[in-house]
Amino acid sequence: MQLARVIGTLVATRKCQGLEGVKFLIVQPLDRNQQPDGQPVVAADGTAQAGPGELVFIIASREAALALPEKFVPVDHAIVGIVDEVDVKSVSGGFAHSPRPR
Amino acid sequence: MYIGKVSGTVVATIKNSLYEGHKLLIVDRLGLDGAVQKKYWIAVDLVQAGVGDTVLILDEGNSARQLVGREPDGAIRAVVVGIVDEVDLVA
Repeated sequence: MQLARVIGTLVATRKCQGLEGVKFLIVQPLDRNQQPDGQPVVAADGTAQAGPGELVFIIASREAALALPEKFVPVDHAIVGIVDEVDVKSVSGGFAHSPRPR
Repeated sequence: MYIGKVSGTVVATIKNSLYEGHKLLIVDRLGLDGAVQKKYWIAVDLVQAGVGDTVLILDEGNSARQLVGREPDGAIRAVVVGIVDEVDLVA
């Protein structure tokens, strides 16, 4: 799962079977510091409550379809949560555990 | 599976019901040189890991669903499955 920002909506009247009632949003994937990372994608809204401007997290590939009420539909990105808070610390590399930041 | 380092947490009230009761962690991928890479996951924590811990990440849906044990068709993929004690590379 990755962080993403909802930047738009998409409506399609003619669509494949199984996609009826599915809400599509355009999301910009973000890196861990919430900076844009790669191209925006169209994601189905698995929460049914996300809207433009919101910080969400998305799931990709086969699991995306499983986030929707009807499983096994043709979807490859889905929103699975709306973020309340992200807390990222800067941790050092290396395999040793870093001290727990306060 | 991948080696990662936990760098943060994500809090969400509205989320897929499968994640309820589990922490969501931001885990940065570590290369074999120990360097933090660009790739990261928001992963479901199953081993009580915390920020700063070096962890083992599983990024495969079928195994993840088996581990969570509920809903055989749940939307889950990246899971923290272990806390790494030691990595020993030969040569």
